[in-house]
Amino acid sequence: MIKNSEFKICFSVMTVLTILVGLFQSWGIALSMLNLCLISAVMAMGVNIQWGFAGLINFGVMGFLAIGGLATVLISVPPVPEAWSAGGIGILISGLFLLAVVFSVLIINKKIPNHKYKNYFIFVIIILSIPLLKFIAGPSINKIESINAATSGFLGGANLPIIFSWFVGAILCALVAFVVGKVCLGLRSDYLAISTLLVSGIIITIVKHEEWLSRGVKNVIGLKRPVPYEVDLQNSEWFIKLVEFLNSSKLSNVLDFDERTSLLNELVISSSGVFVKLCFSLIFLAVVLIILYFSEKALKSPWGRMMRAIRDNEEAAKAMGKNVVKQHLFIFMLGSAIIGFAGAMLVTYDGLFTPSSYQPLRYTFLIWVMVLLGGTGNNYGAILGGFVVWFIWIQSAPFALLVINIFTNHLDETNYIREHLVNSVPYFRYLMMGLGLLLVMRYRPRGLLPEKIIKN
Amino acid sequence: MDFLNSIILLTNFIIVPGITYGSQLALGAIGVTLIYGVLRFANFAYGDLMAFGTMIVILVTWFLQSKGITFGLLPTALLALPVGILLTIAVSLFFDKTVFEYYRNKKSDPVTFIVVSLGIMFVLNAVVRIIIGPNDINFMDGHKFIMKAKEFKQMTGLNEGLALKSTQVITLITTIITCSILFYFLNKTKTGKSMRAYSNNEDLALLSGINPKKIVLLTWIIVSILATVAGTLYGLDKSFKPFTYFNNLLPIFAATIVGGIGNPLGAFYGGFLIAFSEIGLTYAYKKFFKYIMPEGLEPSTLIQFISTDYKFAISFAILIVVLIFRPNGIFKGKVI
Repeated sequence: MIKNSEFKICFSVMTVLTILVGLFQSWGIALSMLNLCLISAVMAMGVNIQWGFAGLINFGVMGFLAIGGLATVLISVPPVPEAWSAGGIGILISGLFLLAVVFSVLIINKKIPNHKYKNYFIFVIIILSIPLLKFIAGPSINKIESINAATSGFLGGANLPIIFSWFVGAILCALVAFVVGKVCLGLRSDYLAISTLLVSGIIITIVKHEEWLSRGVKNVIGLKRPVPYEVDLQNSEWFIKLVEFLNSSKLSNVLDFDERTSLLNELVISSSGVFVKLCFSLIFLAVVLIILYFSEKALKSPWGRMMRAIRDNEEAAKAMGKNVVKQHLFIFMLGSAIIGFAGAMLVTYDGLFTPSSYQPLRYTFLIWVMVLLGGTGNNYGAILGGFVVWFIWIQSAPFALLVINIFTNHLDETNYIREHLVNSVPYFRYLMMGLGLLLVMRYRPRGLLPEKIIKN
Repeated sequence: MDFLNSIILLTNFIIVPGITYGSQLALGAIGVTLIYGVLRFANFAYGDLMAFGTMIVILVTWFLQSKGITFGLLPTALLALPVGILLTIAVSLFFDKTVFEYYRNKKSDPVTFIVVSLGIMFVLNAVVRIIIGPNDINFMDGHKFIMKAKEFKQMTGLNEGLALKSTQVITLITTIITCSILFYFLNKTKTGKSMRAYSNNEDLALLSGINPKKIVLLTWIIVSILATVAGTLYGLDKSFKPFTYFNNLLPIFAATIVGGIGNPLGAFYGGFLIAFSEIGLTYAYKKFFKYIMPEGLEPSTLIQFISTDYKFAISFAILIVVLIFRPNGIFKGKVI
């Protein structure tokens, strides 16, 4: 894997970008950009597995990211005992009721032979179950949401380490993808795109408005971390010694003791932030490498060949006896699980879960731009796309400001047009993304690192 | 009296808003469906095309207002509408020439079209936000209410009021005019018929001497008119915010597919179906039942199918149900 030239391209681009930002802006910014690049790379690999390997168009990325984010809340936040005692039983009963509805629908669907009115019957059951569910769960939900509404007002989680939630997020996403896939995967490509987009809309609505579960628009803040906190670092002996050692030349220039201590203190504070981000980077890099390793193995395995065969000619693959429906469902679940993993990573890195921030432009279509720009069907392409697109996304505002200043230099500082342009600098990133996507689709339709046809 | 009250209640809270919202969705959905029928792809940039058209209308409205020109009782935006339509047509044709034509000549698959329409979506999104900003803009002027709830109560002596905003009436009238012209054009004129023929069977239409370039041009013109009109009506009725317009794309898609993609009449009905189910299923019927139920039997709960938070989710759910049971839509799609 390491000898691969594409591997070298990917990671040297990443290193160069990070170092450039570190030198010209600051190391804190460089590392947070690197971290988000790595998370984006994981998301892009998830989409690439679905789109590049199997040709399934999934515009529901946002929904799966939100489910991953929800998993961090459900796993890492300490439970709220008052809420559990107030409404826990009601929630459990309504959960059981929901399960009963699902199973009865499944049983009816399986056992009753194809009757004319079967579908209508199932439809009526589902429609009736919604108000009933509301009737059963309503009082408990009200009770839960009224307990310490300002600080909690939800059931809380399982109080486990947050790393654990990444895997739970992936599993949850796979389960949801199973249901979504069962419903939508039979559809033609453009219908599938629209319906997955709408399903992700439903998921976001649920996460946003079921406050007993996720606190909804009130957000969950102060999530746990898999790495040390800055404050702890600043008080620990070994970290201060490390900073002192790393900056010994700078410190030795200062002779006055008080000045030296205050400088050291400043250095410790600034480098504690960098250190925390570095820890995150290492964890994320490990995740990227592990997923890349397995993804490459899978791509080159007989299974990967079969997936490509199904993608390129479904009819022929069917004729060869491959179960296309089953394989599509499996790969849809697999890709969604990786997206969910990335969603949990993102929320862990941010330290807060804000359901209202999930918007299709940022969390679905941007990821798609990464995959298409990087190279469809090529894992390295997805990673490169993740890095490059996130870099452009972050850096296009300062870049646009620079360009605007050059072109409007002759205008007055308070000129209306200049002021207006400077104020709208953040939106130039959309322009860059759109133009980039259009140009790549026109002149390099297979992406920057195109898929390699493996002949053996 | 109680019966009349209950009818007025439903009219005020479901029928009037439903017709207004339904008309806006229907106009948008016909646009999406025409693109699908003739050009054969789902245009994800449509919501932002609506936003672009509305933005031009707002800018012209501001210009007219600064010159002191108004449209009397009607909103000035209606005067600005032709300029907005012209510029939107120009933008559509520009993107068709620079982007879509290349892929049409190459006969690319639908997914490629979707992806490039995403690119255009990003670009239009940026253009609108750079020019007019991301904030809420209210550009409705002129006479606000045709009938206020209070006046209605005084006039009839009923308990329930019926408010009628002028934007609601304008929306309905504009929709009726636009749709009648459109359906007359599609069904009666020669050009309209050739458009339908092209949508139905491209090769056969080409053999019959129909000029595909003309059809494509015409489609973009019609679609831009519909997008601008729908966007402006929505903006007048509620307010203009680029992000809302992008989000409105989703119920519009739902309406298109529910009605049968590629079928304008289906899209028209689909828009109303989506609008009425969104409003009807999230309305709390407690007061309604209070009026019609005999005394002592009034309901204690809200009698609401699902909370208003799930308004959008309803249209999505309807779409998914339709996709499972009738993938071609309620009114068979694929043919204009």
